[in-house]
Amino acid sequence: MTASTPTLEDAGPETRAIEATRRPQSTKLSQGLEVVIRTITPVVLALVVGGLIIWVMGVNPLDFYGDIFYLGIAGTGWQKTLTAMAPLLIIGLGLIIAFRAQLWNLGYNGAYLIAAAVVAGTAPDILATLPFAVAIVLLFAIAVVIGVVLGFLPAWLKAKYGTNEIITSLMVSFIAISGANILVKGPFQDVEVTVPQTRVLDLNLMLPYIPGTRVHVGFVIAIILVLVFHYILTKSSFGLKVDILGASPKAATHAGLDARKLIITVFLLSSGMIAFAGAIDMLGLWGYMRTNWNPVYGDKVLPFVFLARLNPLGSIPLIAFYAILATGGTIAAQQAGLSVDFLLIIVALILFFMTVIEYLGNRKDLGKSYLPAGLFKSAKKH
Amino acid sequence: MIDFFSETFLTAFIVAVLASAIPLLLASIGETVGEQSGVLNIGMEGLMLVGGYFGFVGTLVSGSFWVGFLSGAAAGIALSMVMMVLCVWLGLNQIVVGIGIGLAGAGVSSVLYDFQFAESKPRLGLDTPWTIPFLSDLPVVGKGLFAQPGMFYVSLIILVLTSIWLYKTTPGLRLRSAGQKPASLDAAGGSVMRTRSLAVLFGGAMSGLGGAYLALISAGTFTPGMTNGVGFLAIVVAMLARGRFTWVLLISIVYGLFVAMGTVLQLTTLNIPNDVVHMMPFVAVMIVLTFFARRSALPPALATAYVRGAR
Repeated sequence: MTASTPTLEDAGPETRAIEATRRPQSTKLSQGLEVVIRTITPVVLALVVGGLIIWVMGVNPLDFYGDIFYLGIAGTGWQKTLTAMAPLLIIGLGLIIAFRAQLWNLGYNGAYLIAAAVVAGTAPDILATLPFAVAIVLLFAIAVVIGVVLGFLPAWLKAKYGTNEIITSLMVSFIAISGANILVKGPFQDVEVTVPQTRVLDLNLMLPYIPGTRVHVGFVIAIILVLVFHYILTKSSFGLKVDILGASPKAATHAGLDARKLIITVFLLSSGMIAFAGAIDMLGLWGYMRTNWNPVYGDKVLPFVFLARLNPLGSIPLIAFYAILATGGTIAAQQAGLSVDFLLIIVALILFFMTVIEYLGNRKDLGKSYLPAGLFKSAKKH
Repeated sequence: MIDFFSETFLTAFIVAVLASAIPLLLASIGETVGEQSGVLNIGMEGLMLVGGYFGFVGTLVSGSFWVGFLSGAAAGIALSMVMMVLCVWLGLNQIVVGIGIGLAGAGVSSVLYDFQFAESKPRLGLDTPWTIPFLSDLPVVGKGLFAQPGMFYVSLIILVLTSIWLYKTTPGLRLRSAGQKPASLDAAGGSVMRTRSLAVLFGGAMSGLGGAYLALISAGTFTPGMTNGVGFLAIVVAMLARGRFTWVLLISIVYGLFVAMGTVLQLTTLNIPNDVVHMMPFVAVMIVLTFFARRSALPPALATAYVRGAR
C-alpha cells in the first residue's frame, strides 16, 4: 500500500467522466476579475435602464450622465464630492458593522437626523463657551450617545426576545425623524428667521478645511474610521465574532460567545456610528438644519455597501462613485428639469440588478464545483 | 371654542378617523396575505406611493374615481411583479429587494409628479358618496358611516372576502401552508411558486389601493412621499394581527383614532405640534412591541425562499 493521494487513473469510470467535464480551477486573477465584473455590472445596468427612463421623459441620457460626471469631478466638483463622501462613508460603515452580524438596522434615517438636529441646535452655544477642540469632541460625543440611546431598544428587544429588529429600528427611526422636526421647530429654532431652522453656525467655528482645499477634515476622519474598522472587522477577534454571529447566532452560542451581548454591542456601534455621521455633516458641511429636511443618505448608501460585500475598504471606491453621482446629479437634474429623486430610482435599480447578478453568479459557481448541469439532468430522468 | 359634542363635529371626527384608517387597513390586508404565504414585503411604502400617484393620474385623466382606484391597484401589481420574479421565482433576498421596491416606488412617483404636475399642483374634487337609505339618516353615525365614498364599502367587502378566502377555502389553506411549511404544500401537490406569486400580486394590488385611497379620498391630491410611514405601519399591523383580520381592522381603526385625536387636540388650546401627532402611532407601536408582543408569532417560513429539495 502506498500512501500517495488517489489520482484520476485510480478512479472509477463515473468519476472520470465527471472530472473530464469539470472546468479548470480559476486563477486568483480571474477570480478577482469576476468580483470586479460582478460589482460593476449591476451599476452599469442600472445606469442603462435609468437612462432609458430619462430618455422616455425627453432628456438625452448621454448628455445627462455626461453632465453628472463632469459636474461631479471637474472644477470644484471633486471637492464637493469628497465633502459629500464624509457622512456617506461613516453611515456605510455603520451599516456594514450591523449587516456583517446579520442585524438589519434600518433605523439609519432617524439616527442620522436627530443627531444632526441636536448637534446643529446646541453647537452655537457649546462652541461659544468651550475651547474649539473640546467643544467639537463634546459635540461628537453627544451625537454618538444619541445614536446609542436610539439603538438600545431595538438591540435589547432583539437580544432578549428575538423581536424582529427591522420593524423596531424602523419605528424608532420614524419617532426620531419627528423628534428632529420637533426640536428644530421648538427649542432649537432660530427666532430671527421666519423659516423654522436652527441658528447658522459661524463659518470659522465649523470643522477646518484640509489645507489647500475646500474639503473639511470630516473626510479625513471618515477615511481613518473606515481603515480602523476595516482592520477590526477583518483582522481582530471581535471581527471574527461578528462574522460568526452573522453566519449563525446558534453557532455563535455553541462557540461559547455571548450572542446577546454581541448583538447589543454591534447594534449600538452601528447606530452610534450613523449618528456620528450626522454630527460630521452638520459641523463640516451644513452648519444649520431646516425642518422636514431628510437627505435619506442611508437608503442611498445601502446598495453600495452590499456591492462592496460588506468590506469597509471596498466601500470607499463605490461610495466615491455614488458621491459623484449625487453631487453632479443634483445640479444636472435641476438643469434638466428632473426631480433629484431620480437618484432613488437608480439606487433601487442597482439593488435589483445586484441580487440578479449574484443569483446568476452563484448558479455558475454551483455548476463549477458540483455535477455539471448536463449530467444532473440525465441522472434525474432515470 | 368648538363644541366637541355637536353633531357636525362628531361626524367630521368619524370621517377623519376613517380617512386615516382605511388606507392602512387596505395595505395591511395586502401585507397580511403576503406574510401568511411566507413573503415579507417591506417595500409597502413604495407600492402605496405608486398606487397613490397612478390613482391620482387615473382620476385626473378619466374624471372617475373608480378608474383611479383601478389604475392605483394596477400600478401596485406592476411594481410588485419585481418582487414576484426576484423573490418568489428566483428566491432572492426579500429584504434587499423589498428595500429596493420601497425606494423605486418613492423615486418613480416623485420624479413623475415633479415632471408633470410640479407647476400646476392640481387637486381632485370630492367623490360622490354612496348614501345608504334610512341608515344615513341616523344622527352622527349616519353621515359619518353610511354616506361615505363607494370605495369605503368596497374596502370593507374586500376585508370580509379576504378573511373568508384565507380561512374558509382550499386556496386559502394552501396559502397559509406556504407560509407555515412550504414543503408540505409541495408534497400535497400544491404549487408554492403559484401560491406565493398570487399572494405577492394581491399584496401589490391592496397597497396600491391603499395608496390610491390616501390620495383620492383622504388627501384629495398626490404629494411625493405622502404616505409618511403608513406602509411600514402596515407591516407592523400585519405582524401584530398575525393573520387575524378582526385585529387588522381594530388596529387600523385605533390608528385612525390616534391621528384624528391629534388633529382635534391641535384645534384646542393645547396646540400640539403636527410632528407630535405624527409621532404618536409609532410610539404606540413601540410600546406595544416592547410590552406585549415580545415574541410576535410570525409564519415560520417568512422571508425564506422555498427551494424544492433543499434541506
